Amino acid sequence: MRITVEQDRCVASGQCVLAAPELFDQRDEDGVVVLLRDEASPGQEESAREAARICPALAITVDER
Amino acid sequence: MTAPGHVVVVGAGAAGLSAAETLRREGYAGRLTFVGDEQAEPYDRPPLSKQLLSGDWDAGRLALRPRAALRGLDARWLLGHRATALDTAARTLTLGGGAVLHWDGLVVATGVTPRTLPGAAELAGVHHLRTLDDALRLREHLRTAGSLVVVGAGFLGAETAAVAREAGLRVTLVDPSPHPMGGLLGPVPGERLARLHRAHGVRLLGGTRVRGLAGERGRVTGVECSTGETLPADAVLVAIGSRPATDWLTGSGLILGDGVECDAYCRAADRVVAAGDAASWLHPRHGRMRVEHRMNATEQGVAAARVLIGTGAPFAPVPYFWTDQYDVKVQVYGVPGPGAAFRVVEGDAAGDRFAALYGQGGVVTAALAWNMPRQARLLRQQVAAATPWREAAGAPATASP
Repeated sequence: MRITVEQDRCVASGQCVLAAPELFDQRDEDGVVVLLRDEASPGQEESAREAARICPALAITVDER
Repeated sequence: MTAPGHVVVVGAGAAGLSAAETLRREGYAGRLTFVGDEQAEPYDRPPLSKQLLSGDWDAGRLALRPRAALRGLDARWLLGHRATALDTAARTLTLGGGAVLHWDGLVVATGVTPRTLPGAAELAGVHHLRTLDDALRLREHLRTAGSLVVVGAGFLGAETAAVAREAGLRVTLVDPSPHPMGGLLGPVPGERLARLHRAHGVRLLGGTRVRGLAGERGRVTGVECSTGETLPADAVLVAIGSRPATDWLTGSGLILGDGVECDAYCRAADRVVAAGDAASWLHPRHGRMRVEHRMNATEQGVAAARVLIGTGAPFAPVPYFWTDQYDVKVQVYGVPGPGAAFRVVEGDAAGDRFAALYGQGGVVTAALAWNMPRQARLLRQQVAAATPWREAAGAPATASP
């Protein structure tokens, strides 16, 4: 599974970090999403999907291929 | 209701879409129908008063999902159709044109309708801000208008004032409360917001009631205050709150209070759930509440859908909202509540970055971060845990999530 983020959409809610702290972090200065790894391991896929679902800014895309 | 049937989602916004996606994701294989009174496919509303209004984004960026993902839901889309009546005994839904849909499960997600001022509908140049069309109309008008009066200093009013000011208009923001968003956030953040708007050149009239609109030949010319002053305006935004869009449910048997009244599971009746701005439910911790925020639309859509397929649980979120004004982002977790204690735990409320906690009943009930997004997330934990107020404290900036 491949993960992409659009930093210019991000509203810094931090919901992705709550859902998948091993995949996402926030920049210190403005809270914008930082992708820690763009490939989710099988054990991380569900939390990656959850992060994409709950992001209030639609800034996260997961590609299941 | 795990056997195939027909679920109708009334309201094609974020809450309705979230409910429908949850149904499909969690195995519902029956028929699915959306009924939405707007023509547009589901779109995101928070940018309406921010990036869309400023012109940074065009309308295409607001789509909640790519079209392929919407098609993947295998749903029937009745957009541009208004629901007009519901019969919970016969399980029917009537649409504006007279068509009747039979359903086995129903999601009420019709959102809210802006409150207005008397005479607003008869005057050109008076705006409300709820839909994409509203926002595009306002944006167009702000291109040529020299002055804007914003009536109401809540989210929409304060955000719009900021956008219009940055576009160079003369902006007046008028509200009966002393400070912008003061009723929601309390006096300290309210005063800080007031200072922010004044520093950007907004004329802020707190503690001021509006008596009505002034107009000439069908066009608005100003806003009349209870002080006797008339504020001249080329454009007026009426942003005095909204009410649940539940008129169509009158006589349906559903209980209508401040929204569709649901139990803790977001259930309004047998096989009927509600989600999003229109839903009033019994939060296990906070009691009956209704939340008009983006995050809640998604979360409550998920929760309500699960009830329809028999896997529901009491809906007990930590509410979250944010607002962007100028270069400031304010984020809040929890329910601040009027009269709550307020403690700054990081930074200085007079400065450019700070974080604070709210306490009531001896526990932390909310957290606010002013340009400190990481702290917002870290402080959320104390809200979720209802940390005793005497232990409430700042989170170390370097703490792991």
